[in-house]
Amino acid sequence: MLVVVLDSATPAVTAAVAAVRRDDVEILTLRVSVDARAHGELLAPAIQGVLADAGVKPGELAAVVAGLGPGPFTGLRVGLVTAAALGHSLGIPTYGVCSLDALGWGQPGTVLAATDARRKELYWAVYTDGERITGPAVDRPDEVAARAAAAGARRAVGEGAEKYELGLAADGPRYPVPEALAALAADRVRDRAPGEPLTPLYLRRPDATLPGQQRKSVLQ
Amino acid sequence: MKSEPLVLGIETSCDETGVGIVRGHTLLADAIASSVDEHARFGGVVPEVASRAHLEAMVPTMQRALDTAGVTLADVDAIAVTAGPGLAGALLVGVAAAKAYAVAADKPLYGVNHLAAHVAVDTLEHGPLPEPAVALLVSGGHSSLLLVDDLASGVTPLGNTIDDAAGEAFDKVARLLGLPFPGGPPIDRAAREGDPASISFPRGLTGPRDLERHRFDFSFSGLKTAVARWVEARQRAGEPVPVNDVAASFQEAVCDVLAAKAVDACRTSGVETLVIGGGVAANSRLRVVAEQRAAKYGITVRVPRPKLCTDNGAMVAALGSHLVAAGAQPSSLDLPADSAMPLTVVTG
Ligand SMILES: [Zn+2]
Repeated sequence: MLVVVLDSATPAVTAAVAAVRRDDVEILTLRVSVDARAHGELLAPAIQGVLADAGVKPGELAAVVAGLGPGPFTGLRVGLVTAAALGHSLGIPTYGVCSLDALGWGQPGTVLAATDARRKELYWAVYTDGERITGPAVDRPDEVAARAAAAGARRAVGEGAEKYELGLAADGPRYPVPEALAALAADRVRDRAPGEPLTPLYLRRPDATLPGQQRKSVLQ
Repeated sequence: MKSEPLVLGIETSCDETGVGIVRGHTLLADAIASSVDEHARFGGVVPEVASRAHLEAMVPTMQRALDTAGVTLADVDAIAVTAGPGLAGALLVGVAAAKAYAVAADKPLYGVNHLAAHVAVDTLEHGPLPEPAVALLVSGGHSSLLLVDDLASGVTPLGNTIDDAAGEAFDKVARLLGLPFPGGPPIDRAAREGDPASISFPRGLTGPRDLERHRFDFSFSGLKTAVARWVEARQRAGEPVPVNDVAASFQEAVCDVLAAKAVDACRTSGVETLVIGGGVAANSRLRVVAEQRAAKYGITVRVPRPKLCTDNGAMVAALGSHLVAAGAQPSSLDLPADSAMPLTVVTG
């Protein structure tokens, strides 16, 4: 079964076509561009590109798999509304995967996965042999370091662990791994499970500040 | 004969998630989900709240529009979307959705200017727009006077507010008078029971020197302050505030300036058609004042029905349909959302 896989929870704008088979998952085509400011421009051409590269027509897709974050909201929403609209127009189910899970997936031992939440904070979770044992949450780097140590993490993956000194060696993938996204949804794809609404893992309440001066200048 | 193009329009520039479907100039569906109630307690639109609501509402609103029109995405000839101006994060949700629908259904995409769409929507109500025309666009986000030479290629800005948008002034004065958000409808209602001549509020940028530099510009900040001072003085004196009279006099000051400058713009440009759009166009007094002033000079005023004046997907579909008919070039899939999209750009 062919699925399209998307993630926009980090600066890596990721699109892939994956084959989900009975016993395995294979990424057939992949486009990743790292640009924290251009998710809206990069994602749709990337999807069209991976479909064309794979020689797959949209109508041949069986499902859409999307990273639910956590991630900076604006970019995250680009991926999720894209996934939802693709699923809607093609009449195929959409499945969500925690984007941090796609960093912790397949990592042996106890590992911290951390991505940049901006405002000097990190999105993070801790995994033991690929299973999430803590999180996801958003906290300051010193709190993340303390809680990851308490959870027994010995290593870290994700760009967030490179950006801040967390007392852990960062030696794994920097961004959600496309194969992991597909693998984490593979059972739902195979079972033709009912589609899920793609609700972002925001982890923060909206800032209730009015646009004020800025809005005036842009809208007029 | 080939039938007119079936065009779908998506609008998410502020707090309304809109999907409209038109065939030529005929409106088939105008589905809207509004997050206005979520913003009411803040007294204005909160961008992050609006963006979250757009994401949740996009697919259900699209489905409602398709059901209402009795068409499928496969039937559609083109997909248009507001590319700007507007709230950046809110625009991005609509633009991303439009691209995904365009990729999945293999349809051409048109990223369009929100303000030009406010003008184009009138064609759904009154047929093709005589060009050139002057457009007055007034809402919580915009207060613009535009010269519309050719809707398919460009619109020339004539004037703009130099401070608050007209709709913002309504919101702020409503708050001052203890009326709910958004302020337009409750002020309109209160004003009907009041005397518009009872208090003389200032008409911004209408003095001789202002008219030299800001002939077609607006200013509502001084008016808002004048209303606040007047109300405070009453309260300090321990006298009751005549809400209806304040509302009527404030509304009169706004409508007077808007209509005077719009008609002046028509006369200066030698234009015989004035289109009024945006949420404030739903104000009952604005229409009357504008028609009175325009009639003197043989100018026709076109105001679409209130539901089409506020932000909606139908206006985007209407402009998209116009662009398809004019043979305009579709946008590419890397179309950006442009929160400060200039008026001179009709398609992105
Ligand atoms: Zn508008």
